[in-house]
Amino acid sequence: MIPSSVDYTRASSVGEAIRLLAENPDAKLLAGGHSLIPAMKLRLNSPALLIDIARIAELRFIEDTGNAIVIGAASTHADIITNPHLKGLTAMIEAGELIGDTQVRNMGTLGGSIAHADPSADWPAVLLALEAQIKVQGAEGERIIPAAEFFTGFFSTALDTGEIVTEIHLPKPAAGSASAYRKFMQPASRFAIVGCAASVSVEGGVISAANVAFTGVSDAAFLDEGVASALIGKPATLENIEAAASAAAEGDMHINEDHFASQAYRKHLAKVYAKRALAGACGL
Amino acid sequence: MPKISLTVNGKTHTHEVEGRLLLVHYLRDTLGLTGTHVGCDTSSCGACTIHLDGKAIKSCSLLAAQADGSSITTIEGLAPDGELHPLQEGFKEEHGLQCGFCTPGMIMCAADLLSHNPDPSEQEIREGLEGNICRCTGYHNIVRAIQYAAQKSAVAV
Ligand SMILES: Cc1cc2nc3c(=O)[nH]c(=O)nc-3n(C[C@H](O)[C@H](O)[C@H](O)COP(=O)(O)OP(=O)(O)OC[C@H]3O[C@@H](n4cnc5c(N)ncnc54)[C@H](O)[C@@H]3O)c2cc1C
Ligand code: FES
Ligand code: FES
Repeated sequence: MIPSSVDYTRASSVGEAIRLLAENPDAKLLAGGHSLIPAMKLRLNSPALLIDIARIAELRFIEDTGNAIVIGAASTHADIITNPHLKGLTAMIEAGELIGDTQVRNMGTLGGSIAHADPSADWPAVLLALEAQIKVQGAEGERIIPAAEFFTGFFSTALDTGEIVTEIHLPKPAAGSASAYRKFMQPASRFAIVGCAASVSVEGGVISAANVAFTGVSDAAFLDEGVASALIGKPATLENIEAAASAAAEGDMHINEDHFASQAYRKHLAKVYAKRALAGACGL
Repeated sequence: MPKISLTVNGKTHTHEVEGRLLLVHYLRDTLGLTGTHVGCDTSSCGACTIHLDGKAIKSCSLLAAQADGSSITTIEGLAPDGELHPLQEGFKEEHGLQCGFCTPGMIMCAADLLSHNPDPSEQEIREGLEGNICRCTGYHNIVRAIQYAAQKSAVAV
């Protein structure tokens, strides 16, 4: 399979990439290419120009700024799971290790994954649960979008035309906080049929804060407030987690359905994986 | 058309290529290095696995232009002519192949695994090969072949 004709250029800075995007309305950014190139081979996507941002040094770094871990958008999945700064952010490591396979993790990037916003991608759920802030830059300048406002629907994000994801800021977990990611995967592609990221803070044995986010379940990754609110103020026990997890995916929302999993089965899996991710985050 | 310059198995090549040219087609059709195979063409089977700057990647899912400035190793460049790399020897000794179509990709992926985990457990080998599909062997002998190579040497790629 061969993509349709396309021009290729490499941007050497974020500024240059933004300028090229503005000048070429039919252009697309290319990072790892592991969502875009397969789509171009299937002719689902035919940009006139690819602007390669994978080698822009200012987009490929991981640093500890004291209260946050900041990840450049062009960092690969492999860069992330092998970086010592990510140690305390267990859900990031657990999710990254389950993305595709070795080869995919060596090419695919965090920025590419969240900009693509596949409803079954792993990173979006984790970024929601960890309350990530997403820094984007366009011709008008920079802005920060909280993860909770970034994933707006089926392959849709809050990015405006001409904007680039530049950095992902992950607040460092406070003492007593921990996170986990569990997924039931499509056996061939390893994309999530249901993936759940949980982040929990426990004070004196009692849950004081919790985020539970799903991918694969609906049009876009989302925070499940029903599960989280049922946990607050409760002792961190398996019984309480199981009771709260039974509220998963129950709101008024679209539930995905395909030949792997019916809506009823997906809802069931959401409850099971919420329980497992929460138990993981609580060390149970 | 982008002009690319890259090192493949230690030799530098410079070509003008179409933007849409896939790396696997550049290797096979332009350079004649047909050891890298195309199995699925949909990023699933791993038969097209090569090393890009030392890391295993699927060359059917990358443009040749993306590799501009990089150093590539294909199955042809894994060992000097006339010699077998411990992984190649392992696949021979442990009967790690039947038709052999998946073998170059299996070996390139295993070489990546051994380069950062020289003594993997069976589980780690199986997980490391998640992106490589074999329709013949049932994988057992592939795992043994990689264990053979790991035992034989700390593999340096
Ligand atoms: C075989 C296979 C298995 C996979 N399995 C999984 C899996 O289990 N879980 C999972 O989550 N994913 C999976 N993926 C997807 C993979 O993680 C992709 O790499 C990722 O979704 C996209 O990242 P990329 O860097 O390759 O983006 P690209 O393909 O380069 O780009 C994707 C889109 O994002 C845009 N874009 C890229 N970077 C930016 C940026 N910085 N700012 C704004 N827009 C940008 C591009 O223009 C394009 O529209 C799999 C892919 C393959 C091929
Ligand atoms: S041919 Fe590249 S993964 Fe199958
Ligand atoms: S030996 Fe035939 S595909 Fe693996």
